[in-house]
Amino acid sequence: MKELKLMKGNEAIAEAAIRCGVDGYFGYPITPQSEILEHLMSENPYDKTGMVVLQAESETASINMVYGGACLGKKVMTSSSSPGISLMQEGLSYMAGAELPALVVNVVRGGPGLGTIQPSQADYFQTVKGGGHGDYRLITLAPAFVQEMYDFVELAFELAFKYRNPVMILSDGIIGQVMEKVEVDDYKSRWTNEYIREQFPWAMTGKTADRPHRIITSLELEASRQEKVNLRLQSKYKDCEAQEVRYETTQCEDADYFIVAYGSSARISQKAVEVARENGIKVGLIRPITLWPFPSKAIQEITAKAKGILCVEMSAGQLIEDVKLAVECKIPVEHFGRFGGIIPSPAEVVEALHSKLM
Amino acid sequence: MKREDIVKPENLIYKRTSVLTDNVMHYCPGCGHGVIHRLIAEVVDEMGIQDKTLIVAPVGCSVLAYNYFDLDAAEAAHGRAPALATAMKRLRPDQFVLTYQGDGDLAAIGTAETIHACNRGENITMIFVNNGIYGMTGGQMAPTTLEGMKTATSPYGRDLSTMGNPLKITELIAQLPGSYYVTRQAVYTPALVRKCKKAIRNAFEYQKLNKGTSFVEIVSNCNSGWKLPPVKANQWLEEHMLPFFPLGDLKVPENK
Amino acid sequence: MTEEIIIAGFGGQGVLSMGKILAYSGVMQNKEVSWMPSYGPEMRGGTSNVTVILSDERISSPTLNAYDTAIILNQQSMDKFESSVKPGGVLVYDPNGITHHPTRKDINIYQVPATEKASEMGNMKFFNMIILGGFLKVKPVVKEEFIKKGLEKSLPVRHHGLIPDNLKAVTLGSEILKPINTL
Repeated sequence: MKELKLMKGNEAIAEAAIRCGVDGYFGYPITPQSEILEHLMSENPYDKTGMVVLQAESETASINMVYGGACLGKKVMTSSSSPGISLMQEGLSYMAGAELPALVVNVVRGGPGLGTIQPSQADYFQTVKGGGHGDYRLITLAPAFVQEMYDFVELAFELAFKYRNPVMILSDGIIGQVMEKVEVDDYKSRWTNEYIREQFPWAMTGKTADRPHRIITSLELEASRQEKVNLRLQSKYKDCEAQEVRYETTQCEDADYFIVAYGSSARISQKAVEVARENGIKVGLIRPITLWPFPSKAIQEITAKAKGILCVEMSAGQLIEDVKLAVECKIPVEHFGRFGGIIPSPAEVVEALHSKLM
Repeated sequence: MKREDIVKPENLIYKRTSVLTDNVMHYCPGCGHGVIHRLIAEVVDEMGIQDKTLIVAPVGCSVLAYNYFDLDAAEAAHGRAPALATAMKRLRPDQFVLTYQGDGDLAAIGTAETIHACNRGENITMIFVNNGIYGMTGGQMAPTTLEGMKTATSPYGRDLSTMGNPLKITELIAQLPGSYYVTRQAVYTPALVRKCKKAIRNAFEYQKLNKGTSFVEIVSNCNSGWKLPPVKANQWLEEHMLPFFPLGDLKVPENK
Repeated sequence: MTEEIIIAGFGGQGVLSMGKILAYSGVMQNKEVSWMPSYGPEMRGGTSNVTVILSDERISSPTLNAYDTAIILNQQSMDKFESSVKPGGVLVYDPNGITHHPTRKDINIYQVPATEKASEMGNMKFFNMIILGGFLKVKPVVKEEFIKKGLEKSLPVRHHGLIPDNLKAVTLGSEILKPINTL
């Protein structure tokens, strides 16, 4: 039975994890996402579903605990905010290299460095362009509503296991801290060890006589073999790009101008669209939901006859690079951003539409 | 006498342990890793827990340990094996979880993970092979390199005033309430090999009790890094390493 | 129907919990809601504010620069938010400690002397519910039965005994509401 709750975005992540049958969470406190670990600890998930929750000694340890759990075919996750996510880049690269499924949640705050604890979207590059070493990709989901924080946990694990790849939920301090209505599901059972043994021929389940031992590694000393590993990864990423693009459009049918924005910036921009339309300006909103794979084709098609595109983001201009690539610079693409923890207001976005595109 | 006349079950007095694979080990002649691998494999074999043992390999000379153990295995990032093992044991408490790490991995880059896993009393077994040097990368100074010892990054010998002191991490771990069994062994003589195997067996048996971390340091050699032939390396180990890293149990369960 | 509200005052005045009760009441009435606090160093001691939005449709921005209603509980918040009320909107405030009263003529302004009433009652805990009652009198965005359900959901069970008194405070707030400027 579905149940309605008023929850913070961070709490919704934690609640979803328990209810969708996650096996383990390993994390370290950092503002503005500590409610995830706090909520998990207060809900006693071990009694409810057998889910393991552990406060680790660092983000480095957290991501490597996730690595360890993922090796076993378990649904494991961690969460952090920007500085902590930087510490996790090593582990993410290893997991992408070893082709392990896992969920990492980043509730982004202003940077660089220790930065601020207020919201930001300045970790876009780090998330979708690498961050760690090597040619790898993170499937990246950008929730804009607390309900999506909840829903994307289960979706993230579906994608993570489908592609054997880490998935990032790229949120920010607004979506993490805001409380909204959430429809939550009943508790689902976790996968049994027998199910994992049958379903995942790569997982460490204990070497039995009927099969060779299983090795999870990202090391290949011979370059020619490592190139093959890379080619396999790239072909997997191509499949993912073909199948998993997600986005949402609002009032795009008759639009002359478009805003492209994700996460909380998309919410702010939607308000700006409402205000601009009251003033007779035909603006539409395209909200990428997967940041990688990026909805390049959709953006290109939808904006084919646009007079201009405004990218609204809480960064100095990161998403805009992918939008420019998507439209191959055939249409003017401008950026409006506030950063360092400052949230742009809908009025500022409307003003930017006027000053930058008209 | 033909080969067929010799290879008969009744003539068998020594064989490769079934828990080791057929892969040829890459270790240098005289290196302790091969012996230590075999001891672990024998213990797993004798306890009949091959299907219940998960091993985490480090970064270091034993980075390819997973190729030699016929066990399900994971390769950790440098120093992070105890973090992987923590999650593995908590998610599969029915399995025996083992980390196999060198001194650089366990006592330098992974110090935080080591200390905290032991302090939480993770119910895992940690095998710590200490040869006082970074072997794989070509013989650089390690956290356990002795005073005055020459390495590629301490070519005039380790100078304590500028390079710091060698770290007795095993003594440190023995202080932690989470560690249950802490011992220091060696494998350069047959008698010590037998003793070491007993220690490894203990370390596995204690996982059944769920009482904390079992930690076995094995003081070993590095002929290549120390630039000594095997026999001389073992002599050097005895004369220089053991006075600083004395063998014996540092912490044994009280009921033993 | 969409109602965009800012509630602002000192930390400790129950700003966030008032917003939460209002938001939870909205959830109980099956409305879309959003509750967005200012957070961080601002929370510690100084001023505290929360944006609450109730709507029949999906809510766009959880943070705003203009509001249908401002509920103001101290002078700093008055200085900051009086100008943010949309023309024709509502400003509800507690006159306690206010030295510069609102001057706008294009909005509806009401006083709720909640501090005074709560101290008369000898229990400052109900202060924020008195204010909420005053606001709901002006803008009945949620029905009373759902306020009760909202209280049940947002208060810990050990405080459920206080719900009747909280509801009385809401009623009291509606009774002592004083129009200052109405359009």
